[in-house]
Amino acid sequence: MSRMIGVDVGGTFTDVFVLDEAAGTAEVAKVPTTRPDQSGGFLDGIARQVDDLSTVGVVVHGTTAGTNALLERKGARIGVITTKGLRDVLEMRRRDRPRTWGLRGDFDPVVPRDLRLEVPERTLADGTVRKKVDIDAVRNAASELLDKGCEAVAILFANAYANPANEAVAVAVVRDLWPNPHVSASSEILPEIREFERFSTTALNAYLQPEVSGYINRLDSALKNDGFGGEFMIVQSNGGVMGTDTACRLPVRTALSGPAAGVIAAGHIAQTAGFENVITGDMGGTSFDVALISDGQSMLSPQTSIDFGMVVRAPMIEITTIGAGGGSIAWVDKGGLLNIGPESAGSTPGPVAYAQGNTRPTVTDANVVLGRIDPDSPIGGKLDRLDVEAAGRAIDEHVGGKLRLTTTEAAEAILRVANSRMAGAIRLVSIERGFDPKRFAFMPFGGGGALHTGAMLQDVGIGRAIVPRYPGVTSAMGCVIADMRQDFVQTINTLTASLDADGLREIMQRHVDDGMALLDAAQSRFEGRDVVVELDMAYVGQTHTVAVPLSIEVADGRVKATTKDAIENAFDAAYRATYGRLLQNGTRRVMNLRTAVIGRRPKFDLTALAPEGGSVEAARTGTRSVHFGDSWHETSIYDRLALPVGAEIPGPAILVQPDTTVLIDPGLTGRVDAFGNTIITPDEG
Amino acid sequence: MTETIDPITLAVLAGRMEQIADEMDATLFRAAFNPIIAEAHDASHGLYHAQTGDTLVQGKSGLPIFVGVMSFAVKAVIDKAAASGDLADGDIYIFNDAHMGGTHLSDMRLVRPYYRDGKLFCYLASVGHWHDVGGAVPGNYNPSATEAFQEAFVLPPVKLARAGVVNQDIIDILLRNTRLPQSAMGDLNGQLGALDLGVKRLDELLDEYGAETVARALDALGDRAETLMRAELSTLPDGRWEAVDYLDNDGITDEALPIKIALAIDGDRMTLDFEGTAPVTAGPVNIARPTAVATAYVAIKHIFPDLPANAGVMRPIEVRVPEGSLLSAEFPAPVGGYTETILRMIDVIFSAAAQAAPDRVVANAYGTINALSIAGKRANGQPWVMFSFYGGGHGGSVESDGLNHGNAPISTATIPPMEILEAAYPVMFRQWALRPDSAGAGRHRGGLGAVYEIEVLEEKAEAFLFGERGRFAPQGVAGGAEAAMNAFHYEQADGWHAPPLASKMLGIKLRRGQAVRLETPGGGGYGDASERSAEAVARDVSLGYLTPETATAMYGAAWKDIPQ
Repeated sequence: MSRMIGVDVGGTFTDVFVLDEAAGTAEVAKVPTTRPDQSGGFLDGIARQVDDLSTVGVVVHGTTAGTNALLERKGARIGVITTKGLRDVLEMRRRDRPRTWGLRGDFDPVVPRDLRLEVPERTLADGTVRKKVDIDAVRNAASELLDKGCEAVAILFANAYANPANEAVAVAVVRDLWPNPHVSASSEILPEIREFERFSTTALNAYLQPEVSGYINRLDSALKNDGFGGEFMIVQSNGGVMGTDTACRLPVRTALSGPAAGVIAAGHIAQTAGFENVITGDMGGTSFDVALISDGQSMLSPQTSIDFGMVVRAPMIEITTIGAGGGSIAWVDKGGLLNIGPESAGSTPGPVAYAQGNTRPTVTDANVVLGRIDPDSPIGGKLDRLDVEAAGRAIDEHVGGKLRLTTTEAAEAILRVANSRMAGAIRLVSIERGFDPKRFAFMPFGGGGALHTGAMLQDVGIGRAIVPRYPGVTSAMGCVIADMRQDFVQTINTLTASLDADGLREIMQRHVDDGMALLDAAQSRFEGRDVVVELDMAYVGQTHTVAVPLSIEVADGRVKATTKDAIENAFDAAYRATYGRLLQNGTRRVMNLRTAVIGRRPKFDLTALAPEGGSVEAARTGTRSVHFGDSWHETSIYDRLALPVGAEIPGPAILVQPDTTVLIDPGLTGRVDAFGNTIITPDEG
Repeated sequence: MTETIDPITLAVLAGRMEQIADEMDATLFRAAFNPIIAEAHDASHGLYHAQTGDTLVQGKSGLPIFVGVMSFAVKAVIDKAAASGDLADGDIYIFNDAHMGGTHLSDMRLVRPYYRDGKLFCYLASVGHWHDVGGAVPGNYNPSATEAFQEAFVLPPVKLARAGVVNQDIIDILLRNTRLPQSAMGDLNGQLGALDLGVKRLDELLDEYGAETVARALDALGDRAETLMRAELSTLPDGRWEAVDYLDNDGITDEALPIKIALAIDGDRMTLDFEGTAPVTAGPVNIARPTAVATAYVAIKHIFPDLPANAGVMRPIEVRVPEGSLLSAEFPAPVGGYTETILRMIDVIFSAAAQAAPDRVVANAYGTINALSIAGKRANGQPWVMFSFYGGGHGGSVESDGLNHGNAPISTATIPPMEILEAAYPVMFRQWALRPDSAGAGRHRGGLGAVYEIEVLEEKAEAFLFGERGRFAPQGVAGGAEAAMNAFHYEQADGWHAPPLASKMLGIKLRRGQAVRLETPGGGGYGDASERSAEAVARDVSLGYLTPETATAMYGAAWKDIPQ
């Protein structure tokens, strides 16, 4: 039972990371993702590495099943039962529009209007029940939705965050007659003020529930059938893991499961290697995803839009995405300016060099033409050889000819513009948020990121980069590392002067009890348990709240009450840190209470990944002509995984491994650290 | 310009400079105390030409209308500084005078010259909508104002800072003239912070690339925008197209006010001529000339959304604003309701442009900001004011039906959540819903407007509304039909009433349990209604977007044959 498995299912590949703690070894596998049912690839990937599932203690899964169902609108047919007068909240959004300029585009909510039914009931903002819910109307609405073929239902009542009584009555009635467990209530999913955000999160939960819980249950039974007797868990968007029963109840929390796991792994790898501050850059086929980890903590954002009008409000690892991936298309506009993306050839048909039908040059094509990617061993293994000539012709036709540049110059130009866009994304998450990039290390992962390391160091002024041992399976590794975490929220909406400290304590206690019960139910052993409490606070009249961390004591499971003074002082400190100065005579308001209950899972020893033995000479496989700046360099090529700990590789050099190419530009040196990571730094002078 | 810049450096610098303006936007959004800036993003930042004040680079997240109007604020400062011969590094001008800088008096403009090696390189500017700037009505949306003085205090361009030293006297005057001095001070600090940040980032950029290269890049970006605009215009047919639409009234006299346009395209040039538009009015639906020119820019950007946001775009376009018309009002004519007038300008530009290029233009959006305010005193004597703008439908386009319940084309502001409003004020929304039958019919129909019915929960309250489109509906294009008009009703002991001036009214007295009901217009339709498929009509009926009667009246009865 000493083995742990992390499985990350991406758009193209399913990655499996198997850790054998007792033996101190780790293995990785990459298999094609199966569609539409991802469980095929999942089980295939595990089977490649593990014969006997009874030797496995934990399987943790980072999944895009939820993300894809949202993006492709392939969730269930669901219905809504809501307060009279409010059936259109989901469709009216917050009165926004898809794009600032152009005024085009419309919006189809996940629940069509005829499946959103109103019932007489009303609670006011102070929690007073103005009209009791009409139980017969609820029953009739539920029956109508069933008759219309709904598989899941969301109950969305006005001000249910302030008093869930009406909603609770309705939910009980519906659960009584609904034939499956797919009944979501807004006060259960997100008891927080702001009806659109709460309704949207709850409706998307219902929308995902049949699909995601079906998928998880299929995996669960398949694992059990193969002899697995351990614990199966799912990664949440907040970077923590949850049990499968929680995942089936709250599938909306998996919306950004996969990418979140990658950031968690990046943080752990960097921290172990001695870097507390790291900016990650995940380059895929269509996008470049950037996240920032400061003092070992990844940034969380309170909500995200999966697509226009599809808001999920739940803590999520903050990931900034720009449309500059390997497949992003380079083009020259009518004004003579070179642009990269947002159009992308993705992985199908992919870059021109893949010879699968695309004829417009991509970022990968530029890398191929400049010799940075080995045409004879394409990543992914679908092709025998990349078509370098076709890539060159496409660059000539669409870029070089229009800008009067040679093929090489045009390819360098494509990379320069793509790199400047990627650097812009890094500036956005660092400089623009007050973080000095000089204090950070850049960690590329995903298939293509490590080709652009040198450019990121130069363009943004980052001092060093750390390329993890297995950049292509970082998310799968993150699954094995992530802690168990549950987030809770409750709107309080009261002035600090009239705050009921005992009442607040009771809510905290409820959150802690619920969170600890979930940790208790898990089979995992935890190194420790943490309770993190934050209040969203603001001055009266201000709509932007400040997150105010509150230190609370929990002794023998009992939360100690916090005083008003402590809350006001904590607010002042947080406000001053954010805005520089306090508002004289301002009245303070507590809007929401947020509690996170975290079970810290033991971290495995990353030296398990380190290479054993080997020599630089043996790892050197030859040389290739590669273009940097304005000239070609005869560049040494190394088998990256064969390089020994301590190896120093001066640039220009290329380190090759099955799913990644690491480029070390002239003027940089790569060094293999004790964990098998490659640390890239500029040469002195 | 003889020297050229290599296209790759240009592409890189374009992104870097846009990021500077974006970062200035973000800095103010975060720091502003007032929700109109913090939440609704009613602010903007950019870089402007040292001699002409033309927009060089503008942030992406600021309010669309400011994209065009900011250069006029900079020009006003250039004129003033030229007259006094007094401009130095570290100076910052501040003003809100709408007749010089466009829009309305709530918008506080800060303009700062940026020097490099002792030489003026460009200007940086910041504009933000302050919560209160004095005047007769809190929040400054005064529908009965007949002079700017009743709308707000008026500050011409004055030096807030001289060579880096802030003049506290100016701040004292400002804070004494607002009902919300704390909010004003917070916003002012935020704007100063954004300008500081812009200076810092420009310093870094110029250190890295050299002033000359950056200057050349700025010129090249303007030239490039012009080239792009000319290329777009060249694809359109030559000709002259007219359109006219109307404002309901000026809030004082119930008389329709025509906004008229003749749009002419000749090769790669375009003329927008507003001859025939109504003269200056007594009430506050006037706008100043800079606002009119900026509005033309907004409309053009919506028609050509991929063009860059700089002044080069407007070089091939001539905007003719007739003297004495309500589009070129002189000080001190009131301009507080400028939003309604510029929305109508955008509508007529779309209606005329659609005749030239029906595939490029969307039908009219709902066309009114509907500034609705409900105010009163709580039982404990505390005053409260709920002030918000309300949404409506967008126009259909060649691609798709219009968006239901969107924001105005001049803005990107979102609406506060109903629960936030109910928690903050003694009101209850009986309805917050889409408005059936409000969309203009067409091959692609307009988006639906909304219904908001708001009940007062305190003993008494007073409501006022500044809206439009109560007499003239949003138009369709390419044969599409018009949408439903704005409708406003208020409840009294003897039942429901409508204002005599349709969508404008002051001092509506309400008692506990009484409500107001605002029904906003949808968007106009695109293409002939007969071209809409029966399936699409049947779907609209089954979703309740259309009542069966209206469906048949608009589209014929064919939809009834579609099985449900």
